[in-house]
Amino acid sequence: MKVTVKVTLKNGVLDPQGKAISHALHSLGFDGVNDARQGKMIELDVAEGTTEDQVKQMCEKLLANTVIEDYQIEFAA
Amino acid sequence: MNISIIVFPGTNREKDMGMAFSSLTGQQPNFVWHKDTDLPQSDLIVLPGGFSYGDYLRCGAMAAHSPIMKEVIHKAKSGTRVLGVCNGFQMLIETQLLPGALLRNKTLKFICKQVSLRTENTDTSFAHHLNDGDVIRVPVAHGDGNYFANEDILKSLEDHRQIAFRYCDTNGNVTGEANPNGSTQNIAGIYNKEKTILGMMPHPENATQIHQGPLEGKPLFESILNQAA
Repeated sequence: MKVTVKVTLKNGVLDPQGKAISHALHSLGFDGVNDARQGKMIELDVAEGTTEDQVKQMCEKLLANTVIEDYQIEFAA
Repeated sequence: MNISIIVFPGTNREKDMGMAFSSLTGQQPNFVWHKDTDLPQSDLIVLPGGFSYGDYLRCGAMAAHSPIMKEVIHKAKSGTRVLGVCNGFQMLIETQLLPGALLRNKTLKFICKQVSLRTENTDTSFAHHLNDGDVIRVPVAHGDGNYFANEDILKSLEDHRQIAFRYCDTNGNVTGEANPNGSTQNIAGIYNKEKTILGMMPHPENATQIHQGPLEGKPLFESILNQAA
């Protein structure tokens, strides 16, 4: 069973990489870009029956640093 | 004094750290491999710099969950002193023994240079050989040293005098230009509330030997070994 975890920086936390991406897009002529935020995506292959609560614990314990990061969990349909 | 330096795959500053202590004590500290689950009796635990586990996921995140760290966290919580430098500071943050977070440097560049640090609290067993406001020159070498703390954490750090060092100019002025990595309020190192744990990005161990240049990291090691305060 596939689960996707998206980890993104919280609003208000400086994202230097996102800033660099947005600058680079501007210099390529994409003027409509207001901002860019970079995160990471982790695809997990987990045992059938794994609960959202269990994945949540994985996020809290390891996958995200909840001081600065938010996470979203998506189970593949 | 029994000193244990924890070594992870990817740690690379453990010898420098060992030398900073052994040049003062004449005794080699214990080097403890991360897979060990027993920590030798220790008066001080050191988490040295490097790139543990290749900085995978987040710097220090993997090391924070390695077998030996359970024991380190347990000892730290029972009052054993812990020093974490650079990657070691990142581990202390990841284990939540110290508050806040360390983000990618604002410039996105790996920074390797001498910086000046203003000593903010010398009423601790790590810094009592220094005076408040003393400026020391030590090197930094990191890509993710941009200390981040929200308002609540900052207030708590201030209220409990937990800020150990701030980046400053050579005269001790804490300015934006003197901030190498974008750290909140130029913070370079912090203590826990009890002042038994010190985490810092700069490398005081690399300012303790003649061949390294200035010896301005030495008072920290003298403080630690003479353990008053």
